Amino acid sequence: MKEITELIRKDFLLELRQRYAINGILLYVFSTIFVVQLCFGRVIDDKTWVALFWIILLFAAFNAVSKSFIQENSSRRLYYYMIASPVSVILSKMVYNAFLMVLLGSLSLLLYTVFMGFPAFDMRLFIPAFLLGSIGIAAALTMVSAIASRSGNNAALMAILGFPVVLPLLLILVKASQTALNGPVDDLKILSMLASVLLIDTVVLILAVILFPYLWRD
Amino acid sequence: MIKGMWWKIAGLVLILYSIIAGLTIDVPALPVIHQTIRNLFYHVSMWFAMFVMLGTSLVFSIKYLSGFKLKDDLMASGAVYTGIFFGTLGLLTGMIWAKFTWGDFWTNDPQLNGAAVSMMAYLAYAILRGSIDEAAMRARISAVYNIFAFMLLVIFLGVLPRLADSSLHPGKGGNSSTMEGLDPTMRLVFYPAALGWILVAFWLLQIHKRKRALIQGVNLNK
Repeated sequence: MKEITELIRKDFLLELRQRYAINGILLYVFSTIFVVQLCFGRVIDDKTWVALFWIILLFAAFNAVSKSFIQENSSRRLYYYMIASPVSVILSKMVYNAFLMVLLGSLSLLLYTVFMGFPAFDMRLFIPAFLLGSIGIAAALTMVSAIASRSGNNAALMAILGFPVVLPLLLILVKASQTALNGPVDDLKILSMLASVLLIDTVVLILAVILFPYLWRD
Repeated sequence: MIKGMWWKIAGLVLILYSIIAGLTIDVPALPVIHQTIRNLFYHVSMWFAMFVMLGTSLVFSIKYLSGFKLKDDLMASGAVYTGIFFGTLGLLTGMIWAKFTWGDFWTNDPQLNGAAVSMMAYLAYAILRGSIDEAAMRARISAVYNIFAFMLLVIFLGVLPRLADSSLHPGKGGNSSTMEGLDPTMRLVFYPAALGWILVAFWLLQIHKRKRALIQGVNLNK
């Protein structure tokens, strides 16, 4: 447990020192949202709002998470390999990326609201789905970035490998957001949608913890 | 000679039987699909063969990760390639069927989209294998991705279509299942067809594995 908190602290310290990573992604999100506003004008219908929001968030997630293992060069990886267990390495990366994604997602949501307005969602479904979805996308992409970092051409491979992996989650999230649009949703429907997001999150987490040790050793 | 060959011959005979019988037996006259219902014997058998191949591949990927024997990796990757082959055939036969019953080669059906994305996941697997040079490393990393890909296959073809609001496929989106409504005479052709294609899939897998073993110099007996 101490190992994990230490590793998370290390990632935050690195981020705070370099700063360019998070600022770069924020600028990227800003540019995308600005382009959306220029292309669509300020008024779009709610379904388009949902679709564009998740697409923007998906690409921001790819940018934010793909560097998590790629930035570690091989000698530093060997160092981590000697001092920490693989399970704490992957868990720390996932927690860090989940935190980053929730932060980035909230900022994007804020920017997007400023530029494109905010539809009348049922908040009891939208907010938890948004949080669980961000965490799930972060966890799945962390694992994919670990796989991509062990092979040659990273950036392209990350997109190819990651796209099918996050797609089920994304489809459920878009569907949940669209359901939240149609006025108050009954509690059972909310629970079943959140449960399916949570189920995918859990499956990804369990597979990652079991399989990551095989990726980590040389 | 005959000892190791019987299942291959059985597979061929079953396929030959299903082609001839599939075109000649009486099928129930149903609205919309009419005679195209015969495509069930060819289209659905492709997916059965694909599922069995990808399942085999999952088993051998897990086996590789627990023993690190390269021959298991040959089986896992060969099964994925054979599975992609049958998946592509399944998509093609399905598209032809869709054109004649639903009027279009592609419809926005959860089952179709799921099949397309799962195929993409397995094509990504093939690209991932191509990008790593070292054999042991390639085997290990692609085995890990393969397990993820199978999870996607189950979610996309097993879970999401059933949760969907509407689907054109039987057994999905609240429709009744194929197997319950299948005509008894059609079963007599469909089950042999599926079994025959699965046997031929294993034959293809065996040839693929032996070829790769020769090229890479892997000892299959070890």
